Amino acid sequence: MSRASTKEPLIHITRRSTIAPWKGIVIRIAAIVVAFLLCSMLAYFLIGAKPADFLINFFQGLFGINRMSANIRLWMLAKDTAILLLIALALTPAFRMKFWNIGAEGQVLISALAAAAVTYYFGDKLAKSEWLLLLLMLAASITAGIIWAVIPAIFKALWNSNETLFTLMMNYVATYFVAFCLVKWTPDSSSVLGILDHGHLPTLGNDYILILIFTLITTVFMFVYLNYSKPGYEISVVGESTRTARYIGINVKKVIIRTMILTGTICGLTGFLLVAALDHSVTATSVGGLGFTAIIVAWLAKFNPFVMILTSLLLAALNQGAGQITSSFSVSTALPDVMIGIILFFVIGCEFFIRYSIHFRKKAHTSVVQEKGDES
Amino acid sequence: MDQFTAPALMLRGISKSFGSIKANSNVDLELRHGEILALLGENGSGKTTLMNMVAGIYYPDDGQIFIDGEEVVISSPKDAFKYKIGMIHQHFKLIDLFSAAENIVLGVKDGTRYNIREVNERVRQIADRYGFIIDPTQKIHEMSVSQKQTVEILKVLYRGADILILDEPTAVLTPQETSKLFEVLRKMKADGKSIIIITHKLHEVLAISDRVAVLRKGEHIATVNTAESTESSLTEMMVGKKVTLNIDRAIPENIRRRLVVSSLSGKNEDGMQILDNVSFTAFGGEILGIAGIAGSGQRELLEAIAGIYVPEAGEILYADPGRDGDNDGNGSSDSDLIDLRKKTPMQIRELGVRLSFVPEDRLGMGLVGSMDITDNVMLRSYRNGPFSLLDRNQPRQLAQDIVNDLGVVTPNLQTPVRRLSGGNVQKVLVGREIASAPSLLMAAYPVRGLDINSSYAIYNLLNEQKANGVAVIFVGEDLDVLLALSDRLLVLNSGRVSGILDARQTTKEEVGFLMTKSHDAPDDGSDKKDGGERQ
Repeated sequence: MSRASTKEPLIHITRRSTIAPWKGIVIRIAAIVVAFLLCSMLAYFLIGAKPADFLINFFQGLFGINRMSANIRLWMLAKDTAILLLIALALTPAFRMKFWNIGAEGQVLISALAAAAVTYYFGDKLAKSEWLLLLLMLAASITAGIIWAVIPAIFKALWNSNETLFTLMMNYVATYFVAFCLVKWTPDSSSVLGILDHGHLPTLGNDYILILIFTLITTVFMFVYLNYSKPGYEISVVGESTRTARYIGINVKKVIIRTMILTGTICGLTGFLLVAALDHSVTATSVGGLGFTAIIVAWLAKFNPFVMILTSLLLAALNQGAGQITSSFSVSTALPDVMIGIILFFVIGCEFFIRYSIHFRKKAHTSVVQEKGDES
Repeated sequence: MDQFTAPALMLRGISKSFGSIKANSNVDLELRHGEILALLGENGSGKTTLMNMVAGIYYPDDGQIFIDGEEVVISSPKDAFKYKIGMIHQHFKLIDLFSAAENIVLGVKDGTRYNIREVNERVRQIADRYGFIIDPTQKIHEMSVSQKQTVEILKVLYRGADILILDEPTAVLTPQETSKLFEVLRKMKADGKSIIIITHKLHEVLAISDRVAVLRKGEHIATVNTAESTESSLTEMMVGKKVTLNIDRAIPENIRRRLVVSSLSGKNEDGMQILDNVSFTAFGGEILGIAGIAGSGQRELLEAIAGIYVPEAGEILYADPGRDGDNDGNGSSDSDLIDLRKKTPMQIRELGVRLSFVPEDRLGMGLVGSMDITDNVMLRSYRNGPFSLLDRNQPRQLAQDIVNDLGVVTPNLQTPVRRLSGGNVQKVLVGREIASAPSLLMAAYPVRGLDINSSYAIYNLLNEQKANGVAVIFVGEDLDVLLALSDRLLVLNSGRVSGILDARQTTKEEVGFLMTKSHDAPDDGSDKKDGGERQ
């Protein structure tokens, strides 16, 4: 009788049907811890930073070194989180519909440009009624955001064009359109617009409070919209199966366009806040890649608006902590980018262990099989 | 052990789990040389999983496999071929643009140079030996389902398989094709091949096999000699309790004209004529069965009535039962008929047409797999209520009623329907469609993939609807069931109605002939049998 059982594969991977919530959390935390350890080791070998120093600097980046800087750092973190979260919320309804909009960058940027344009052209004329100017800016931003978002939606709905490529290309159009406007607006063609004098939102004690309020309202609204409203229900049906949607009589084209109008509206709001509450200006890099980072935020949270608070916080914190590393160790910004990449890789990669469980073939097992083989 | 007295294939203590689900536990099985063994069991009893382990697709968690008395390890399909095991899967794995011979030789590494003429010749020889009729140079996409199956069988024979495993080979075949396949299988058996045939059709088991191995819930119940078995003894082993296999068919009472389809024609996405001048009438209070080989236009016909597919020409007229004033059996007069063609599902509902449709593709069309039972029940009614917020209270109550009344096995109402077994998915779908009190109920292959108990539960539901005066249109594939359940039977053949028969009078052979006969054949008057048409 042959001893064939020694050829058995060592590792078995099986799909989990369910997983206890605490296990999922433990796996995710473990992944982040391992990623941090790996990053500090990498920093040690590349720039000679002691792992402890490395970690301390990272967290100083988040929480500051004393009370005053902590105050500033935490407000910065909250602001970055909020803007990232807003853009992710804009993407979410489309993503639930499996409409892969990677054009939030351009949709926000063109909205920011619209707000800036209103201030540029009407700022002085409406200097006495600031609130009217702000309303005009908001209206212009949202209109611009909707236009940018709905063009690919119309093409998708009517001719089933690929929305991913389309929205990506719209980003470039937005970027160069901003560059064009800046050249036109600056007398010496320096393309530096500088701080606009008018159209500033009131600060309410802190520069960022208004942004947080807008973001919170949008988060709750989006949660209710997606889970408890009729249009949100239609989004889920269309996302899962357009055949089911047609079977039940949902107008798929209408749902696609309506959803992208919503995306454009929130992108518009974000662009408005960027100009009226934060930058008071616009450049071709005003959004700074947040439109792409927001895609990761939405995906990591599996499109749940409340979980997105956590994932946008994670990404904003990574950016801020990594920034501190750059200045403390005076290294190029490439290293923090590598770090963020490693951490995201682990955070996303650990989903594998949440979906699948891995069994190692026990050594004892092989001998049992052999004994049984001997009997027969 | 002597190689010649040892069984061709022997399984000992085979177990396999997927997560927490035990697909097979401790299964023993024996296939003798030169016999046909039927592997019988309900859906989900682990037949295919077990055979996939023999074919090298899965690897067992535990247990041993012996070929001719020698223990072997089969960890890939390549290993399986090494031991001369060939499996013909239920879903064909062929390349459409290749010819039969090209598909057959694909992946064969015998060290010789590739020469398609020699391959063609060898394929012809093998085909002749067992009585297959095939042209090795014909492309797969030009073939019928049964021809494709022939290619799959030749593929494993070409590789020199001595043990053949066929996974539900008759599911896609007409009665005539099935008996041809059985002839071939008998010839192979006479040639010394050992054959396992997976099926859940009892009469086929009795017709073809020497012995029957019965699986239930992943366990091997018994292997018995076919000659000593009956349909009811096998069912009892398969289900675990006595089951009556009778479908009550009441004589239709008080029938009324409900749906008049006339001269319906249309093309599918590829521009093929998929519906060709289809005309029939469906009556409230009877079940109209629709038979035909797969892809004869059944899907398009139902989707046209439901407003999902827009045919090019013809009429779909609906008689509203609310306006049934006179008792002449025809229901409403012609002026009250509503034309449903070119109407969307939404418009059809707004016209007050109480039409329910159980589509063939349950999770792809009828339900949303990732949503829970409540949200799926809500699909038809979510627009109710004046506000744009959803009201889940009534749907939740309805979902609970469906779960209780139809015996849906589910952990709770929040379980995504994708996680439910096939029978329970179908109960949720049928339950929802019946809940809207239809006057016209269409069901496409409603028992496909369901176990015996679930199937009979569905037949009973359809019969209940018939008794309530609903016009039921039932598209099926199992001719025995179609003949036992329907009052009249419409046969579709390449998009045309090749006959409307009285299901109480006709025979399987007649239906099979109408399903497959060529349109070019001289019309012998069998079209539109008068016996079936009620006036």
